[in-house]
Amino acid sequence: MHMADALLSPAVGGVMWATTAATIAFCAKKTQRDLDDRKVPLMGVLGAFIFAAQMINFTIPATGSSGHLGGGMILAILLGPYAAFLVIASVLTVQALFFADGGLLALGCNIFNLGVFPCFIAYPLIYKTIAGDGKSPKRLAFGATLAAIVSLQLGALGVVLETVASGISALPLGDFLAAMLPIHFAIGLVEGLVTTAVISFVWKARPEILAYSAVSRPLGNLSIAKVLTGLGLAAIVTGGALSWFASSFPDGLEWSMAKTSGQEELEAPHQGIHHLLAGIQEKTAFLPDYAFQSNEPQASASEASAPSWPAVDAGTTTSGLVGGGLTLFLAVAVGFMLRRRTQFR
Amino acid sequence: MSHHIVEVQDLSYTYPDGAAAVRGISFRIHHGESVAVVGANGAGKSTLLLHLNGALTPQRGSVRIGDFPLTKATLRDIRRTVGMIFQDPDDQLFMPTVFEDVAFGPLNLGLPPEEVEQRVLASLARVGVEHLRDRPPYKLSGGEKRAVSIAAVLAMSPDILVMDEPSANLDPRARRTLIELLAGFHHTKIIATHDLDLVLDLCPRTIVIREGQIMADGPTRDIFTNDRLLEESHLDKPLRMQACPVCSGSMARKAEDAGSAHEH
Amino acid sequence: MANIESAFVDLGLLDALAARDSIVHRLDPRVKVMTAALFVLCVVSFDKYVIAAMLPFALFLSLVLGLAGIPARFVLKRLVLVAPFAVLLGLFNPFFDRQILLHLGPVAVSGGWLSFLSILLRFGLTVGAMLTLIAVTGFNGVCMAMEKMGMPKIFAVQLLLLYRYIFVLADEGQRMHRARALRSFDGRGTGITTYGHLIGGLLLRTLDRAQRIHLAMLCRGFDGTIRTSRPPRLVARDVLLFALACLLLIAMRRYDCSLLLGQFLTELVP
Repeated sequence: MHMADALLSPAVGGVMWATTAATIAFCAKKTQRDLDDRKVPLMGVLGAFIFAAQMINFTIPATGSSGHLGGGMILAILLGPYAAFLVIASVLTVQALFFADGGLLALGCNIFNLGVFPCFIAYPLIYKTIAGDGKSPKRLAFGATLAAIVSLQLGALGVVLETVASGISALPLGDFLAAMLPIHFAIGLVEGLVTTAVISFVWKARPEILAYSAVSRPLGNLSIAKVLTGLGLAAIVTGGALSWFASSFPDGLEWSMAKTSGQEELEAPHQGIHHLLAGIQEKTAFLPDYAFQSNEPQASASEASAPSWPAVDAGTTTSGLVGGGLTLFLAVAVGFMLRRRTQFR
Repeated sequence: MSHHIVEVQDLSYTYPDGAAAVRGISFRIHHGESVAVVGANGAGKSTLLLHLNGALTPQRGSVRIGDFPLTKATLRDIRRTVGMIFQDPDDQLFMPTVFEDVAFGPLNLGLPPEEVEQRVLASLARVGVEHLRDRPPYKLSGGEKRAVSIAAVLAMSPDILVMDEPSANLDPRARRTLIELLAGFHHTKIIATHDLDLVLDLCPRTIVIREGQIMADGPTRDIFTNDRLLEESHLDKPLRMQACPVCSGSMARKAEDAGSAHEH
Repeated sequence: MANIESAFVDLGLLDALAARDSIVHRLDPRVKVMTAALFVLCVVSFDKYVIAAMLPFALFLSLVLGLAGIPARFVLKRLVLVAPFAVLLGLFNPFFDRQILLHLGPVAVSGGWLSFLSILLRFGLTVGAMLTLIAVTGFNGVCMAMEKMGMPKIFAVQLLLLYRYIFVLADEGQRMHRARALRSFDGRGTGITTYGHLIGGLLLRTLDRAQRIHLAMLCRGFDGTIRTSRPPRLVARDVLLFALACLLLIAMRRYDCSLLLGQFLTELVP
């Protein structure tokens, strides 16, 4: 699922864009350096291929509904993580500009969700580990499927966190996750099967492609420290700056409310479903700030002087820092996993 | 003059999957000549052509373009001299607009921007498509694409033009325009094609290839009146010679005996 | 099947619109991209319950479209087409946010409904901004602008090549889709295995094509870097109009213009 501008706050969007831009620059340098100049037309045409492949549907067994290819894993297998990331980013850019699939600001989120997880987590850590050079059909199937599932789950998680952190949608974290994760598990499963089908077809027809892509080592020698520091700094600076930007503009609703109704009248929300969901939220949410945010009006309803909902300032600053913190957390997690992996080479 | 001579000696090439495409081909083409390379599908025409500008490296034998033997070091110079026009223009027009595509070659040669612009406009004018300069390639018709791909190669001022099936997929009008255009070029031309009527129009000399080897190399008219040769090479007469009662009927031999010159 | 030439995204039409001439079209693409970015940033920075204050942004868009000579129905038609997505995005808000924030006469409006409408408006404005940007700049222009503003060259080249070959490959994809449709019945022949073969074949042909393109590039002197012609310079008019646009956008964000207008009008009435 793609993130949309309509549900995004500038703080979260800005942080994700900073991270994505840094990743694009990094991958561009890596691809440039290892450039086998064959890659230039290959990347372009494979991007177009993904578009064409997405135009053709297939029926999903046992459900009768139709699905289409995502393509991230196929790209990673054929091109290696850096070039694949650039191709995915380019496909998403065209989709955003022409198909209204995600927006200008949300593009940063989408490239991160749909690019970083397949290329830098699922491909090196799962696919390569399990399927290796792709010669064994069983391991290929298992590796590709698991990698697809993991990357789509992480991508879905990304969307959920970005949406909740932005605070525009009222959908609570727990409910959102409960809806997104199972669906994307199924989508990931199908994506894995389709990826396997396509890759095995190609391997059988042209085994030399297998040799070509196996030569590219998944991640080579990364200066993890540099990458992490860079990402961390970017996240903190943008998160802080954009939160300030968002919170420095006065809130308009209070003003217009007073003008239209002449009073700030509040009613305690219904007890029933809201109360029940609030209870579930408290148990499942690991960011209780958000559950807290929507519950607060109940408590402060009697305090007429305070505004009826938590000040936007606090919300966006929080979301900015939380967004930045999450990104940093992910970066650290990736770095940690990568370090462990390179130790085993 | 030794420059502008294309000399191929005992050229052999086998594809990785084992198919022997070219087996010991030799010929020599002089400056300004217009030579057709004909043969059945899979005879080795395209493979041969790909050697002429170093796209493929001979496994045995040699290729010499003017003063330069074909080696890794001379590739750049050879590619400046030999302009190649591919079968599918979509493979050749990869830039966002026609102008940028025609400018691609000159820019890579390191020419200054003003000269690049001059060359591009001149090439587009030569081919008659200046009005398409800002058009994206996907919006061009087959004939227009073909014309632009020729302009793109002309912009590099090659001395030798190598073309792979230039008239394929063109409508009759576009084909006619192409033939007229090529007739006006004074470059050395090497054209691989199935379009035998085009050969009659443009190429006084023809090389016939069959299963990777040269079956015949000589004046076009002689080759197209040699029925046994055509049969063995899986070829046919050009269409307009087929319809001619003199060339295809019993009158053919009478005309030959009488020694009368018969033109098409 | 998502068609490249579907009603929403007629790429050919978009390119044709971008090729028109107007004061907006003649602006430097960098100015247009940055204005669009600022526009989106302003819109999404509004608080979740804001509705009226966002409306002046729609005015901004229609102003730009008008100056550029682009018919409004071009954007409106497409907005209508994607409206269901917008509804989907905001659908849950009325359920989860029941707190009453507003009274319009006898009707009590909950925060959920306010934010739902706000989401719809956000969606319309941001998508509208995208369409407007492409309609007045064109894809090549946007890529050039991004590259001049610091996007890595190899990524810019990637975008251009991708766009160039989308049509070619979409054609092939469509032909394959049609060919399959002609020989599959009752849902047989459209499963994953067939798809794997189809797409696998397309992939192989794509790889071959990539090789041929690479060869064509080499034949014309390609050495790894794609060189572009010099970029046009920014002129005073570009800078001036950009400053004006920024001023306008920030003012609309800072001050609730709808409210101001409403107040002004209500005060006129004695």
